[in-house]
Amino acid sequence: MAWPSASTCSGEPVTPSAEPALFPGMPRTVLVTGISGHLGRALAKQLHTETRVVGIDRRPFAGKPKDIDHYQVDVRKMRVEEAFRRHPVEALIHLGIMHDPRMPFSEAHSFNVLGTHKILDLCERHGVRKVVVLSSANVYGPLPDNSNFLTEETPLMAADRASDVRDLIEVDMHAQSYMWRHPEIETVILRPVNIVGPTVRNAPSNYLRLERPLTAMGFDPMIQLIHEEDAARALVLALKPGVRGVYNVTGPGEVPLSTILRELGRQPIPVPHLVLRPLLARLFEAGLSGFPPDEVDHIQYLCVVDGSRAVRDFGWAPRYSLRETIRSVS
Amino acid sequence: MTERTGLLRERLKAWTYELGGPGTRARLDKLTPPANEFGVDPYGFDAEFTVAAIAPLLWLYKKWFRVQLHGVDNIPSEGRVLLVSNHSGQLPFDAAMIEVALLIDRDPPRVARALVEKWVPTLPFVSTFMARCGQIVGTPENCRRLLAADEAILVFPEGVRGLNKPFRERYRLKRFGEGFMRLALESGAPIVPVGVVGAEEQAPQLFDLKPLARLLAFPAFPITPTVLPFPLPTRYHIHFGQPLRFAGSPDDDDAVLDRKVAEVQAAVQALLDRGLAERKHVFW
Repeated sequence: MAWPSASTCSGEPVTPSAEPALFPGMPRTVLVTGISGHLGRALAKQLHTETRVVGIDRRPFAGKPKDIDHYQVDVRKMRVEEAFRRHPVEALIHLGIMHDPRMPFSEAHSFNVLGTHKILDLCERHGVRKVVVLSSANVYGPLPDNSNFLTEETPLMAADRASDVRDLIEVDMHAQSYMWRHPEIETVILRPVNIVGPTVRNAPSNYLRLERPLTAMGFDPMIQLIHEEDAARALVLALKPGVRGVYNVTGPGEVPLSTILRELGRQPIPVPHLVLRPLLARLFEAGLSGFPPDEVDHIQYLCVVDGSRAVRDFGWAPRYSLRETIRSVS
Repeated sequence: MTERTGLLRERLKAWTYELGGPGTRARLDKLTPPANEFGVDPYGFDAEFTVAAIAPLLWLYKKWFRVQLHGVDNIPSEGRVLLVSNHSGQLPFDAAMIEVALLIDRDPPRVARALVEKWVPTLPFVSTFMARCGQIVGTPENCRRLLAADEAILVFPEGVRGLNKPFRERYRLKRFGEGFMRLALESGAPIVPVGVVGAEEQAPQLFDLKPLARLLAFPAFPITPTVLPFPLPTRYHIHFGQPLRFAGSPDDDDAVLDRKVAEVQAAVQALLDRGLAERKHVFW
């Protein structure tokens, strides 16, 4: 089976592929929040040939395929309901969560938490059968005493050290309580590992793009990466009827950070960890680095998850190999 | 890998093969952990790295501590197993020597995964070195996973209480924790008791500088005759006992579990007593 290759991921319309449907019972209309983001586009590209896609994002959707209806509206606004009134939405994929360390915390918090509440309430009111919420494996947090493989039951401890992920944890927790309050709706919470790829611009991929990244001297934790198209495919697979619950989504394996940097031809600058944190804090404040000082934990400690539940319950398997996934960051 | 580190690794590997004696290379080549295209297993264990990295430890094993093994065939060649050992010597050379023994003096070699303290991952270099050599943080989840995968786990139920005890308490076991017994019952893994004789004298602790240890967030700061716990060339005798098998539920009352734990502790103590009786001298 051929998916659009990594290099075509720029938002032009794609000709529908002649593949058979992914699985029986694909929801006929899927609403996607945050569709204009890089992951959203990768998802839209895979999904619009399979089913009807409606997008919601406050950003415009450049190069939108013709068969996608896009509502350019803030997910917290009343006007969002229009999308539900005009289209018989059967499923929601909620990607509308921001992680921008430069964004004022209160704004991101309101957008993420309020936005999630609003959109989930609308799903309930309009009889949506399936809700897929994108969380992240980072909710567990990189801690020195972490087990090597964290299961879905692990407490979400990330906010212990980095308060930036607080709203992500809140979104995840809200989705969990929604799952229990609404047994009639199949709620899926996906916690993928670090998403990387040619188009995504999140903290891990930006870090790997640095020619001379700072590393914590003497620390070399195992890292899990997933290709953006694999992450999008996991989101599509989560729409499968019967799938419900919390799932870690892993990529093609685990490698030491140093191996990733070597594979990408980077020249890391090792800095003693006691100096690294204050140094990064200064650089970040001065706008000289986009590396939030709290994220040092990610290059120091383990936050590796066990993805076997998704493999078992919806046959999850990434298509990109470990080397391809690493090299997709360019 | 740069050319220089590559060369260093080759040199160290050659040293390992030389110190190990004839046949070492062929034996070590039998180590085939499930590695990905970058040569590491999902836990970060790198067999290539390990063969190179153990060279200095193997030198200590052969030339410094001149380790003698007793009953090494009591360790099953395959399948899950828990090695339960006494812990001593201020610095965990006993763990390193047991692991080197399983790699060098067993055919086929076995990788013993030692459970390390939770503060090890906070140490630069040490954390990375440990991970590449297959050592893992001692959480119950990690043990369960490894035992389920039929690996050998090395446990020190005394923990740092045993490692950093003063010299006057040598060869007197601290009370064993019972975590390992729950894991053994849960997984059905046999327990091989291990008694290390010789490590107690390598760095006799005069006293523990507790305030400094607290300041540095170390478990202890032992002061020895050499000030820092530099190991003296004592002779190591490592005794492996007959595998013990236990039946019962891991959720039994602590009292039931404690009796089984006491049985293992007694087996380790018996190995120590025998080892001390048979030993002719601390240094040779």
